[in-house]
Amino acid sequence: MTKRIFVFGMLIGLGAIFIDLLLSYTPDSALNQTARYYAERTATDLGAANIVAAVIVTYRGLDTLGEVTVLFLTAAILVMVLYRDHGIGINKIPNRFLPPTGEMLGTGSRLLVPLILLMGVYLFANGHLTPGGGFQGGAIIASAVLLLLLTNPNQTFNLQLFSLTESISGIGFVVIGVLGMFFAGGFLDNRIFPIGQLGELFSAGAIPVIYTLIGLKVGAEFSSILVHLSEEKEES
Amino acid sequence: MVLVVLAAGFMLILLGLYGALIHRNILHMIVSFSVADTGVNLVLIAVGYMPGRTAPILDSNVSVADAVERIIDPVPQALVLTAIVIGVGVTALMLAYAYRLYQTKGTLDISKFTELKW
Repeated sequence: MTKRIFVFGMLIGLGAIFIDLLLSYTPDSALNQTARYYAERTATDLGAANIVAAVIVTYRGLDTLGEVTVLFLTAAILVMVLYRDHGIGINKIPNRFLPPTGEMLGTGSRLLVPLILLMGVYLFANGHLTPGGGFQGGAIIASAVLLLLLTNPNQTFNLQLFSLTESISGIGFVVIGVLGMFFAGGFLDNRIFPIGQLGELFSAGAIPVIYTLIGLKVGAEFSSILVHLSEEKEES
Repeated sequence: MVLVVLAAGFMLILLGLYGALIHRNILHMIVSFSVADTGVNLVLIAVGYMPGRTAPILDSNVSVADAVERIIDPVPQALVLTAIVIGVGVTALMLAYAYRLYQTKGTLDISKFTELKW
């Protein structure tokens, strides 16, 4: 009971802070200095139509590299936590009885999985032009893997392919970043490739390349997380 | 409009914290943390919004010249993108730990885990 009183007291205090913030909030009428710089310079300097993508991939690219590292660590720690000698592995699938997959789900997933994969690739290849990008596209690719797992939980996936994709895209991301130091202004500068025409698919220098690599990496990481979470053997 | 979204975000944060502190089941706590996470993202997005402006994407509607007057702040959006991805990673880790805890004790009730209690 005392605990509940403490919890309510804390929440009321926090709520009072939030109400104060809410009442004193006035929306900005003009962009602040940083946002103004991004709005004015992105198109001419980097050639990216999507300013958020330019901020993530180029202006704050180092932070994105850190973020991708955090995701990699998550996937690695998850495997470490879930690993048991007889637990996960490519050839060790759970031997539980499952009713056969329904016709609707089976046919539907065969129809939808290629389309979902295509949607993911479209999102990260056009990340510099339209809303979307590597992280969103990667998550959509992982949702195709999730659909396959829902259709057949005993499905086996080539986990080595996932980790190979992940390693190659991670190394590619860093290599492009380092190339920026030699051929352009600095680490992760996107101007190592021609900037091109604003709004074209092949424009904005290295941003589409980096976003594709991020998309593949995030897709492989999320997929391996999903597969590891589902491939655990049932407690017998 | 912005105030409504801000208020909803703050409500979600409070609800999530309430759920995480009151519930005894670890899975419920994980769901509560996800709710609070969503609330934080909503607040950040709402702070970056400016009335009457459009998304920070240059296309046929927003030309390069008038971008400064037409678009909203891109920085909170980039921040929230990062926050969502990290949130997914944190949730996945919490679920994995919950799984292992269930394997060792056979229960997800947090009051049964007394090793670190003082």
